Amino acid sequence: MSSTPMERAAKATPRLLAKRISGISDRGIAWLFVSPTIFLLLAINIFPLIWTIYLSFTNYRANRIGREVKFIGLRNYERILSDPDIWQTMQATAHFLLGTLFFQVLIGFSLAWLINRKFKGNDLWTTIIVLPMMLSPAVVGNFWKFLYQPQTGLFNYVVTFFTGVDPSSYTMIGDVALAPWAIIIVDTWMWTPFVMLICLAGLRSIPDYLYEAASVDRASKWRQFWTITIPMVLPFLMLAVLFRGIENFKMFDLVVQLTGGGPGSITELTSINLKREAFEKWRTGYASAYAVILFVTVFGLASIYVKALNKVKER
Amino acid sequence: MKLKNLIALTAIALTGASSSAAVAEDLTLCWASWDPANALVELSKDYESKSGNTMHFEFVPWPNFADRMLNELNSGGKLCDLLIGDSQWIGGAAENGQYIKLNDFFKKEGISMDDFIPATVVGYAEWPKNTPNYWALPAYADVVGWTYRKDWFSRPELQKEFKTKHGYALGVPSNLAQLKDIAQFFQNRKIDGKTVYGAAIYTERGSEGITMGVTNALYNYGFEYENPKKPYDMPGFVNSAKAVKGLEFYKELYDTSTPPGSSDWYMSEDIDAYKSGQVALQMNFAFVWPGMNADPNVGGDRTGYFANPPGPGGHFAQLGGQGISVVANTEHKDAALAYIKWFAQPEIQKRWTAMGGASALRAVVEDPAFPTKQPYNQAFLDSMAIVKDFWAEPSYADLLLAMQDRVHKYVIAGQGTAQEALDGLLKDWIETFEDEGKL
Repeated sequence: MSSTPMERAAKATPRLLAKRISGISDRGIAWLFVSPTIFLLLAINIFPLIWTIYLSFTNYRANRIGREVKFIGLRNYERILSDPDIWQTMQATAHFLLGTLFFQVLIGFSLAWLINRKFKGNDLWTTIIVLPMMLSPAVVGNFWKFLYQPQTGLFNYVVTFFTGVDPSSYTMIGDVALAPWAIIIVDTWMWTPFVMLICLAGLRSIPDYLYEAASVDRASKWRQFWTITIPMVLPFLMLAVLFRGIENFKMFDLVVQLTGGGPGSITELTSINLKREAFEKWRTGYASAYAVILFVTVFGLASIYVKALNKVKER
Repeated sequence: MKLKNLIALTAIALTGASSSAAVAEDLTLCWASWDPANALVELSKDYESKSGNTMHFEFVPWPNFADRMLNELNSGGKLCDLLIGDSQWIGGAAENGQYIKLNDFFKKEGISMDDFIPATVVGYAEWPKNTPNYWALPAYADVVGWTYRKDWFSRPELQKEFKTKHGYALGVPSNLAQLKDIAQFFQNRKIDGKTVYGAAIYTERGSEGITMGVTNALYNYGFEYENPKKPYDMPGFVNSAKAVKGLEFYKELYDTSTPPGSSDWYMSEDIDAYKSGQVALQMNFAFVWPGMNADPNVGGDRTGYFANPPGPGGHFAQLGGQGISVVANTEHKDAALAYIKWFAQPEIQKRWTAMGGASALRAVVEDPAFPTKQPYNQAFLDSMAIVKDFWAEPSYADLLLAMQDRVHKYVIAGQGTAQEALDGLLKDWIETFEDEGKL
């Protein structure tokens, strides 16, 4: 007669260990097992968070060892929230976020819809489309910088080919009006494949019998698209928006390489601005307050969004 | 017998101790990654052969140099034993105990700061400024100056056209207004069938570029960092009407005389633009001059050099260059000091300049043969005589980034007015000095 897994585990346990833990309750053993994880979580997540919140109320500077650290109450928060430059970076981030999400969802879904159709070379096209996302953002930023060069870059020449505009007459990353769009174009080029893959997973999860039933009921293709495809893909699409939204809220490397936050500070996103405050100006207390504000903003927005996502899933 | 054994053992032990003290050490020297650094690698082979120590080098590209090295200093890292750091870092490094003070060492070794160009001593070695407290040995003398296409300037048809238009000869500009005239004259001009532009100037935003460029206009229009009689008193000096004119000048130069796409250019981009024949004038630190002179496309007689021209408010040029310091965290202090002692020797300084470095030793630059040794040497001497530097305060990074931001917004992005930009800069600087407890 074969023994149960629990019995086998008990037999395999050395006598001494069994004797030592014999007096501990199941709950105690459970704590014993999860305590290393909890300790790590506290050490590398919770403690830094609490420490950051504490520092945000001080004038601490990490590069001034030995300087007296003063408690300055809400001064850092007041300065951040009343600083028009910070609001400009928030605005730049919102513009970047909305622009990239709009185009990535639109193009990503369209590509997924096309790729989902059976045609010759389907796999090859899928591989080609996902290539940009496999590159390093820093590399992408650098080579698009060259592509955007008005005198030698390919981008302006392509625009010239279609519009006839002189390539030297404008500069994508040096012009206040064009630079925000320049970073949106590059991020869209790089990350649309990611949205496409998620949408593709959604499209392929739709059972064929739904379309067959709709066809039997004489529903038009357009009607099938709005009443079957979109509702079934929507949770996937929302998930893609969540991932891309979080990623782009903390966007740093690609934009730094491409525009450095310029011209002026027109493409200086919050993460770039925060890095400058924390690790170039070394205003640690101020930067901590800034990080807390961003954390609360992202956490709040993400919570609302996840609730909406769950509601969509429940439908 | 026992006593003899004891003496013998002691002798062996002492010999062992002395030989271990003479054990070769590994020294790491940190600097920016550029041509002079390669020359220093070659030069340092002499130190290696004489001392038995091994030199290692950590060179960081210019755009990341300050970021990387200041992080290294601030985090108490042990990567560098010797650091050739930017002149503006001296205040922070001295006050935060990151560099070793060199006064006693200089005195002991007979190294006199009187032997070096005074401006480089103040700029690269002293903190507080104009006091005999030395934290570095002037290592590389550098200053912003200009190169121009002598071959284009000398074309009769262009000379004639320029004279007709401006009423004076096309040549080395005698003031900033003339420099702008010349740059505008070449903008979008066809030369040998190719469209060329006026000037490559500093516009970079991320590190220090546009500040190192715009100050060459600001200083010469009358901008001052503070009241010369009252330190940290800045209103009316930083944002004076003269300073506003200087900033407007730089913006006009950028708007009317630079190649398209030059909104984020610093040293390397300016070099590329000039060497590829895109521009008639190039603003850059003097360290690029040997490379220009040797370049097969634009070198030799095709290029000329001149100091930053004067403006209505004075005649200055932005100081560049660095001093060599011993990092306080080093575990090889004696070997690092020995390197500085070796480097300070007149013979080594002479070789340093000959190999592509730029000595700040007066014996080298005041040698009667020096001005004519290279076509750019006279321009270098003229430039070094008019240098002025940015703040070297411990809060240098705050002050610099504020200026980068305010100036770039106005000059490149065209946001607001010059007055608003300088008023904003004044506000930022006052806030920084208030945080520092200096106001």
